Amino acid sequence: MTRSLLLQQCVNCRKFQYLVRPFCVFCRTTVLSAVAAAGTGTVDSFTVVHRAETPYTLARVRLTEGPILLTHLIDNPEPRCDQPVRLAWRGDLPVFRPVE
Amino acid sequence: MSVAGPSGTRAAGSVAIVGAAECDLGKTGKSVLELQTQAITRALADAGLTLSDVDGLATNGISRFSVTQLADWLGLQPRWGDSTFAGGSVFEMYVARAAQAITSGQCSTVVVSYASNQRSARSRSLTGVYEEGTPEAALEEPYRPLYPISYYAMVAQRYLHTYGLDRASLAAVAVAAREKAQLNPAAWTYGKGTLTVDDVLGAPMISSPLGALDCCLVTDGGGAIVLTSLERARDLPSRPVVVLGYGEAFTHTGMATAPDLLRTGAIDSGRRAFTRAGVTPADIDVVQLYDSFTISVPLGLEALGFASPGEGLGFTGPHNTGGGGLAYCHPGQLGVLLLVEAVRQLRGSCGPRQVPGASLALAHGTGGIFSSHATVILGVDR
Repeated sequence: MTRSLLLQQCVNCRKFQYLVRPFCVFCRTTVLSAVAAAGTGTVDSFTVVHRAETPYTLARVRLTEGPILLTHLIDNPEPRCDQPVRLAWRGDLPVFRPVE
Repeated sequence: MSVAGPSGTRAAGSVAIVGAAECDLGKTGKSVLELQTQAITRALADAGLTLSDVDGLATNGISRFSVTQLADWLGLQPRWGDSTFAGGSVFEMYVARAAQAITSGQCSTVVVSYASNQRSARSRSLTGVYEEGTPEAALEEPYRPLYPISYYAMVAQRYLHTYGLDRASLAAVAVAAREKAQLNPAAWTYGKGTLTVDDVLGAPMISSPLGALDCCLVTDGGGAIVLTSLERARDLPSRPVVVLGYGEAFTHTGMATAPDLLRTGAIDSGRRAFTRAGVTPADIDVVQLYDSFTISVPLGLEALGFASPGEGLGFTGPHNTGGGGLAYCHPGQLGVLLLVEAVRQLRGSCGPRQVPGASLALAHGTGGIFSSHATVILGVDR
């Protein structure tokens, strides 16, 4: 089964939002459709959280469609801002790994 | 732009701060209400007033009903109160609301106060609390950010990346704060020696690029200020400090919702305060800026117009003169103490750390994860 990361797209202004709302946060109209994200984006910023047995890399990833997600970067020993990344999954959680 | 009250008077320019004080700081072993009492009675004594003069209260952090709780404790039945919760910036908001309440005649004398015993009570949590039912609880909590540190860390990472800087440049902010605190006997780090950049870089990493010494202190502490009409203030013993302008901005609660990490609400709250006061950043003699983390200082100075984008670390004007949250004290919400230090600077009572001739001061509070911002501009009575 292929999982997808769903976004809302506004039928009026065509912009995308990640947090599901009954209205478009950009133009305030109320007709939105659910679409699957392409799964590509870039690292807006990141932080390695050291207050854990195993440090993990928290990040803001800006999807190609525009919305930003708080997520984790995986398989990424040298994360950097503006790095291209691709959607992966850890259980039900969308996470991101570097583009090869 | 000014706000006209029903009598045609302006809230900005007609209300003054007449008393200011801090409670015991550090690790006090006292309860929140004991610390509140210290701050309030000291601020009232400073103002030459007593509790029976107080008919307005603004506070939070005591209980769900903070103003009522404090009024009950003090044996007061105020005619005006405000327990708005917006994180550490709210005390600058209380100044605006108190000025409006006094100008409109709803009350005459307001105490704005805050205290926390978080160090004694060991009540500070690194992960914060995600409230059930909020979007953040569903979309962000599963990724285990440290709250608020991880957000400031991502802002810092983006800042360093954008301007080609490194951790050592940010560390200089912590070094400078510690140095200033050596001139403030009330500061938690007073007499604890200076820091070097290497000390800051060598401290345990918390959430990169921020290490333990890039973060504000965790202490007990608090303070209070007293406001009344400027007309009445002129009959009181202390030198009135006039509320000249204020502005606010509310932007986000989620870590992923701000479109640009480096464009904070301080830009708008600052602009609104300057417009209302009719002054510009170049007119300000001393800045008290909420330094929750090292990154907050350069970014805040830039947003408020004291430095160009990327150049906040080079700002040499007087700021955070008492040592700030990084080196003086941080009782969970610093906002009221920014006002206390601004008032003292304008009265010329800061001793060795006095900015000579300071006549205009700016206090800027930040709440949450750069979520809410409030700016107050204060001046000496002319």
